[in-house]
Amino acid sequence: MTIAMFLAFVVATLGITVWSARKNTGASAYFAAGRSIKGWQNGLAVAGDYMSAASFLGISGMIAFFGYDGFMYSVGFLVAYLSVLYVVAEPLRNAGKYTMADLLAYRLKARPVRAAASLSTLTVSTFYMVAQMIGAGVLVSTLLKDYAWITPNAAIVGVGVLMIVYVIFGGMHGTTWVQIVKAVLLMTATFALSFMVMAKFDYSFAKFFEAIASLTYEKGGVEVTQNFLDPGMKFGAAVTGGWGPLDLISLGLALVLGTAGLPHVLVRFYTVPDAKTARVSVVWAMVIIGVFYILTTFLGFGAATLLKPHLITNENMAAPELSHFLGGDIFFAFISAVAFATILAVVAGLTISASTSFAHDFYSNVLKHGKEVSQATEVKVARIAALFVGAISIVLAIKLQTINVAFLVGLAFAVAASANLPVIVFSVFWKRFNTTGAVTGLLVGLLSSIVLIVLSPSVMGIDGPEVAAAKRHLIQADPIFPLTNPGIVSIPLGFLAAFLGALIKREPESEAKFAEFCVRTHTGLGAEKAHVH
Amino acid sequence: MSEKESTPSADKGGNAEVWENIVERPEFEALLAAKRRFIVPCCVFFLVYYFALLYFVGWHLDLMKKPVLGKINIAYLFALSQFFMAWGMAWLYMRKAAAFDRAAAELLAKENL
Repeated sequence: MTIAMFLAFVVATLGITVWSARKNTGASAYFAAGRSIKGWQNGLAVAGDYMSAASFLGISGMIAFFGYDGFMYSVGFLVAYLSVLYVVAEPLRNAGKYTMADLLAYRLKARPVRAAASLSTLTVSTFYMVAQMIGAGVLVSTLLKDYAWITPNAAIVGVGVLMIVYVIFGGMHGTTWVQIVKAVLLMTATFALSFMVMAKFDYSFAKFFEAIASLTYEKGGVEVTQNFLDPGMKFGAAVTGGWGPLDLISLGLALVLGTAGLPHVLVRFYTVPDAKTARVSVVWAMVIIGVFYILTTFLGFGAATLLKPHLITNENMAAPELSHFLGGDIFFAFISAVAFATILAVVAGLTISASTSFAHDFYSNVLKHGKEVSQATEVKVARIAALFVGAISIVLAIKLQTINVAFLVGLAFAVAASANLPVIVFSVFWKRFNTTGAVTGLLVGLLSSIVLIVLSPSVMGIDGPEVAAAKRHLIQADPIFPLTNPGIVSIPLGFLAAFLGALIKREPESEAKFAEFCVRTHTGLGAEKAHVH
Repeated sequence: MSEKESTPSADKGGNAEVWENIVERPEFEALLAAKRRFIVPCCVFFLVYYFALLYFVGWHLDLMKKPVLGKINIAYLFALSQFFMAWGMAWLYMRKAAAFDRAAAELLAKENL
């Protein structure tokens, strides 16, 4: 049953890919869906691009195990869109073409800036993708455990091959529609689950919240009663040796400032006809994403109250097991297929943004100095890059699956907030900003995030011999940096490096172009036009 | 379906004065000032409101744990209010941005651009 639902989704999305392949005539069609996506469609696609399995399964599980503190992720993931709306979406659409680096290279020196931005884009996308794929391997093999041949490795390869096919043949059109279908499926599933949870409480919020407020379950073999609405079960000073509250602030900073620097989210704003539609699509995305994250209340607390935390296999299985409890095999199959769709849509978005950045930023503008590259070549290079990005991610995911990679998603957000956002903000709002500032900001933000994560409790820690391989810390030593999220240090460092770098030497060319850049970003004059079919 | 081959930044040079003239027009300065007057306070407000939640959840647990609506405590209501805050701020911006669009269009029309 479950496998039939998986196959139905695969067939439907391959159909979309074949249909969109016909539309891929030229670079703007391939990289930006001809800039012809409507506002509400792009809103759905942004939501589909953004709400990963880490949201659907991860947050439900975190709320099921840690109560209120898990909900903190839900809040941060939505509020983050205000920075996208106010600061980046419109200037990006007005001044850029295909990638984040377009916005930066507009008035700065193209080669160094694009090289650094491309490095940061590829790093963020690869980290994020490997994390998603390892999750996919475990999840798909658990969901389809009746089929012995579907091992985690087989599932990783399957997901990887599908995402490569979507991106190479479907381009941005195909990826967009896969994301739209996924967003609709995910919202349907989430509403259905929420109603079924409330049905168990006779649709009474009072009963539901009473059950959450005095939840009796087993913890370490002892029966305990806990109020799951109380903050502090994950980030409380008492359970984290004092660092939890600061870690929560650091996480909040990375979420709220990182989303506006995630390359796979940013490229979505190139798929609409103009900046106004980009703005409308952010608002559509905020409505969908907001409703979804509010509903994680019912998914997470529903799993906690109806299943009891100690009876749930692991954090990722809270939502699927809840669906089995509420709706039996068929509903479980549906929810599992939705989780699968969720992963595929996100990894496809990551693959296309990484390969576009490689072709457009690195190949055309760094290797080929921004000349003599035809559109056809750029698309061809992007397709080859998608194949390589996909293949490398498959290999990395298979190699790394035995280690604990929970830190990779946090790292992606931290790099986006510390490396990408500072240079975007300065290049849009600060006339004196220049190439040196952009390069130092990108590199310092990138390196400081990576170094701090390596020194943090996510990577360093001493485990007893009883800890399973997949949960062991990568480095068996006491952590040097106390927080799991580096944002509170690496984000200010990124801003500072970009600022100080810009002060080293004036760049008259960049300052001279600021007037033009300003007029274009604020009025949309000369922005890339929609492609007429 | 003709498309520019170059990146937008390729058509540089020569007409820097044209851009400087537009930037120095009072209408353009007014547009930028109006945007700044709206966006900066909005960003400050949403960041303060959001980090206030994290601050109270981190350091004022007893207050946050107080039930106010049946079993629902301040912490959950404060978190839920963030969603409505975000939607409200987005709605305000949508309304305001329509005026920015009009001002920009008028400016371009005057310059025959």
